[in-house]
This record gives sequence, C-alpha cells and structure tokens, in this order.
Amino acid sequence: MGSISVLLVAKVIPYLEQELNKRYNLLRIWDFPQKSQLLTQHSASIRAAVGNASAGADAEFIDALPKLEIVSSYSVGVDMIDLNKCKEKGIRVTNTPDVLTDDVADLAIGLILALLRRICESDRYVRNGNWKSGDYKLTTKFSGKTVGIIGLGRIGTAIAKRAEGFNCPISYFSRTQKQESKYKYYPSVVELASNSDILVVACPLTEETHHIINREVINALGPKGYLINIGRGKHVDEPELVAALLEGRLGGAGLDVFENEPHVPEELFGLENVVLLPHVGSGTVETRTAMADLVLGNLEAHFLGKPLLTPLV
Amino acid sequence: MANQKNNIIIEQSSEDNNLPKIFLHGPPKFSIVLQPKPSHNFHILNPSSHPPLHEFIALNPHHVSSITAVVCTGGFPVNAEVLQLLPSLRLVCTPSAGTNHIDLSECLRRGIQVSSAGNLFSEDVADLAVALLIDVGRKISAADRFLRSQLQKPWDFPLGSKLTGKKIGIVGMGRIGLEVAKRLEAFSCMISYNSRNKKPLLSYPFYSSVLELATNTNVIILCCDLNDQTRHIVNKEVMLALGKRGIIVNVGRGALIDEKELLKCLIEGEIGGAGLDVFENEPHVPKEFFSLDNVVLSPHKGALTSESLIGISQLVEQNLKAFFSNKPLITPVI
Repeated sequence: MGSISVLLVAKVIPYLEQELNKRYNLLRIWDFPQKSQLLTQHSASIRAAVGNASAGADAEFIDALPKLEIVSSYSVGVDMIDLNKCKEKGIRVTNTPDVLTDDVADLAIGLILALLRRICESDRYVRNGNWKSGDYKLTTKFSGKTVGIIGLGRIGTAIAKRAEGFNCPISYFSRTQKQESKYKYYPSVVELASNSDILVVACPLTEETHHIINREVINALGPKGYLINIGRGKHVDEPELVAALLEGRLGGAGLDVFENEPHVPEELFGLENVVLLPHVGSGTVETRTAMADLVLGNLEAHFLGKPLLTPLV
Repeated sequence: MANQKNNIIIEQSSEDNNLPKIFLHGPPKFSIVLQPKPSHNFHILNPSSHPPLHEFIALNPHHVSSITAVVCTGGFPVNAEVLQLLPSLRLVCTPSAGTNHIDLSECLRRGIQVSSAGNLFSEDVADLAVALLIDVGRKISAADRFLRSQLQKPWDFPLGSKLTGKKIGIVGMGRIGLEVAKRLEAFSCMISYNSRNKKPLLSYPFYSSVLELATNTNVIILCCDLNDQTRHIVNKEVMLALGKRGIIVNVGRGALIDEKELLKCLIEGEIGGAGLDVFENEPHVPKEFFSLDNVVLSPHKGALTSESLIGISQLVEQNLKAFFSNKPLITPVI
C-alpha cells in the first residue's frame, strides 16, 4: 500500500496526516509552490485525493490527474468537488456525514445564544474592566423565539431538536416539503424569513442555493431578525449582508463561514451585533478524529475493493 | 438644595393621600423595576431611589413609621438592622430570584411577607448557563476574539470539545436547574444532580454530595442558592474530581465557588474551563482571569434581557397591588 500516492490538498489534523503518511505515499500540496512541478513529478501516480470544506477537486484538477480514482473529503459539504466530472470519469467521492452533525448543530445554537445574549461582547466588557462602571446593557431572550431553518437534513433536524428544548417554534424551507415533519413549512425563503426571529442556513451549497440569502431575504428578516450561517459562505451575498448590518436593516448575524475564507469583511470587526468564527463547525477533537477515521476507512475500503463506507459518487 | 426640594415634595404628597408608602432600596435608577407609569394605588417615597435608606431616614424621620413596603435588590440588604429601622414594614419585594440579601427568618418572625421574581427569570438564566457551557467547550468567545485580532491567517485555531452526549451534573434542582436540564437533554446530554434533598419525582440520578457528582460527570452547573451550607461548595477537591477536561458553569452566586482556587486550577490546567456569570466580589473580577482563554466571563446578566425587565416590572406591580388589596402575593417567598 505504501506505493499508492495520495495527494492531500488541505490542512487536516495531525492524526489524519500521520496515518495517511504511514499507509500511503503522501504528497502535500503545500510542498509544491509551483503546481506544474507537482503535476510533472506525480500526476501519473496520484490515485487518491483528500480535501476538506475549503479545498477539493475541480474540473481542472481532475483533468490533470489521469490516475485519480477516489476523492475522499474531510468534510460533509462537497461543493468544492466537481461531482458531475467525477461521475463522468468514474471517480469515487466520499464525505463525512453523521459524525459531525451534533457538533455543527451544537455550534449553531451556541452562535444564536452568543449573538442574542451578547456573550462575546460582555466577556470583552469584563476583560476591559468596564463592569466597574456599570452593568452591561440588556440583551435579547432566546427561549421562545421563532427559529426558521433552511434545509431540514441531518444538521437542520438536529438544530431543530435542540431549539425545541428552548421552547422555540420551528419552521423551515427546503426543496420539497417533508410530509412527516411536524414543523411549519414555508414555500420560499423570503416567507420563512418574514416569519422567523432567527434564520439558520443549514442546507448544502449548490447552484440553486448560491446566495440564497440575498437582499430581499435579509430585509424580510429585518432589524429585529438574526441570521446564523453554519453552511457555506457563498450561501450569503456577503456585501449585502455587511451593508444591511451597517445600516441597521438586520438585527445581527452569527457567522461560522465566509465567502472567501480566511478573509472576513473588515467592517464586521467593529460591530457588536455579530459573532465571527473561523469555520469551526466540526472543530472538536472527538469529531475531527471520527471524520479522519471515515476518510481512512473509505480509502482503505476502496483500495481493498470493498464497499465504500460513505460514498456520494 | 435638591434634598430639601425632595423633602418638600414628599411632605405635600403625604398630606394629600393615605396611600401605602413604598421605599425603593436599591442603586440609582432602581426605579427601572417599576412600571413606566406606576400604579396610583401606592405612593413611592423616593422615585429616584435617592437618597439611600439611612440618609433618607435621617432626613425624613417622620416618614419612617409610614413605610409599609420596601422594594430592594441584591447589594441592598434587608437585614435585622434595617428591619429594626422600619417598624411598620409589612412587605419586602425583591425583583430578583435570589433572596440571600433578605433576612428571611427575621421577616418571618416579624410577620413581614416577602415576594421575589419567582420563576420569571428561570428561562433566561438557564439559557445563559447553556450559552456559557457551549462557549467554553467550543471556544466561541475565544474564536471571535481570535478573528477580531486579525493577526492570524491562515486560520489555525485550536479544537474544542464535543458537548452532545456529555455527562452534566446540576447543583440545585429548582426551577432554573430543571430548565437547564431540559435544554441539555435536547443535546442528548446525560443529566444527574445534587441538591439539598432528592426529588422523588425526578428520574435523573441523584448524588448526595457535589464531590460525588463531580466525580461522575464532565460538567458541573451551579444553579443553587447561596447559604451557609453552599458557600464554597465547589472547592479544590471538587475541581480535581471533575478533572482536567471538566467544565464548571456558575449562574448562581459567586461564593458558591472558591474563586481563588478556581483561578489556580484554571491556570494550572487542573480543570478544562469555566463559564462564570457571577463572582465573589462583583463587579470586581480578579484580573488574572483576563488572560485566560479557557474561561468565559459574564457580568451577572443571567436575567438581564429586555423581555425579563418588562416581565419583572409587571410582576413587582402585581405583587404590590395584590398585597395592598389584601390578596395573596403572586410570587411569595415565605
């Protein structure tokens, strides 16, 4: 197995990198500042690629690696992988569903609470010594607020379950209405936003959901509404979001993802009604290890000719 | 002088009415706990909650015997000494859930009734407990701080620890403890508790000491009253039992935890982290906390939401109205 070349296209936890290195001939994309160098030396031998939420395999990448058999993503979202191209060429694609559902849902609720109750801001308030001058201002109650979820898949459902613990009425939008769901369905995102206090983006990023949060949706959510994005940065028209926050047309935003990570619009740093996180949705030791085991398990299964654990293509 | 002007206003009003006299025993702007247009059924002697009680009594000795109700808050104790000064006092109304600033047994002895916030704040306080827990475990405030420092690109931020499924030990299973338990059950957490007495109707496992609770859980959440039995109930032994990956959340009172020892344990890595809404000597917070990334600091705001303020001002008025109409208090303490 040591002769199989695997290309790592993104940073992963040390455990995964070490295991990949033990089992395969591991190539790390950052060791090749010139892409052409990587391709000339290794394109004929690379049989697998491991990516993550930020880096995957686009058409150009796939075309440049004629021996590529499998792309194993260290993420559940595969918007960075050209799935159609992979299907065309018979390249397998795997991701890491289920193991990260709880962490992402936990973080969504954590973001809502941090935003409405100004946890980060009041922590700053204390650390700056301001409490001696007076109490922090009143914040907004979470319990009982209406939560609207875009995408009622694994993660959306897990978020709904947790929000119900706070007596929040739940409504949702998705491609098709879920007949078995007890939650209220809205046939459009604008209608969902108009009828929610808190709007959570929890759907996959596709051509249809690109900029699903646009000016119209943001205005419908309004100055007392809150946006939470634990999906992908490109779900949101970021300049529109920034403008709305600066102009007071949106109550606040909790963001784990951005259109152009690691870039965060500078205007956001001066706002007290936003919470900003560096894409940590699945960022726990337990979950990243479980995700790593899925990547390793999928690769192993593939090279042993066994059924893949979590195939998408 | 302003004080004399206040005196004059009070003199005139007191001649005009036989309304029950209420004294506001709290900080400046304490009148925020009253409805914007207070009821005409009672007379608030010091609407600006100024001057403070002892000064007011010195300036208005003739009013002392007319004060039938006091609205007070934490930091403004109604103890035996204060009760001695107000011979006509019949009601103490606190807009807080906690009552450790009131000498309840002395009130009982004197036949003085006491009302509190009851369960009004329980949801908000429980929400804050969960907020602090998720923040500490997933490093939300630390990560927000990290991004705003704009120093780090690419993002290399440490991993947090998973909350779903964790073992949670709740100290104090009153209304707040129950609301916390309900919320964390939705995260598939396993709940156990310690309180003065086992609650026969609860199915959560009960531990008869906080030490045992800490030994058997990953997280301790303090939701109990502060009294002689619970002072420093979280001490070094409990923290070591909770362990290096353990998290403590305190939404009760600061003195439930040995604060000096907590700081030491946090610095030395003997516990994983802490989320604190209360401190031993508020608003003073030891500055050694400020450089720690494994702690989230909150300025006693468990109940400080707009919704709760509207709720409490309505509840205070309802309790005062009920009392002075000889009806039962809405949220009696004793």
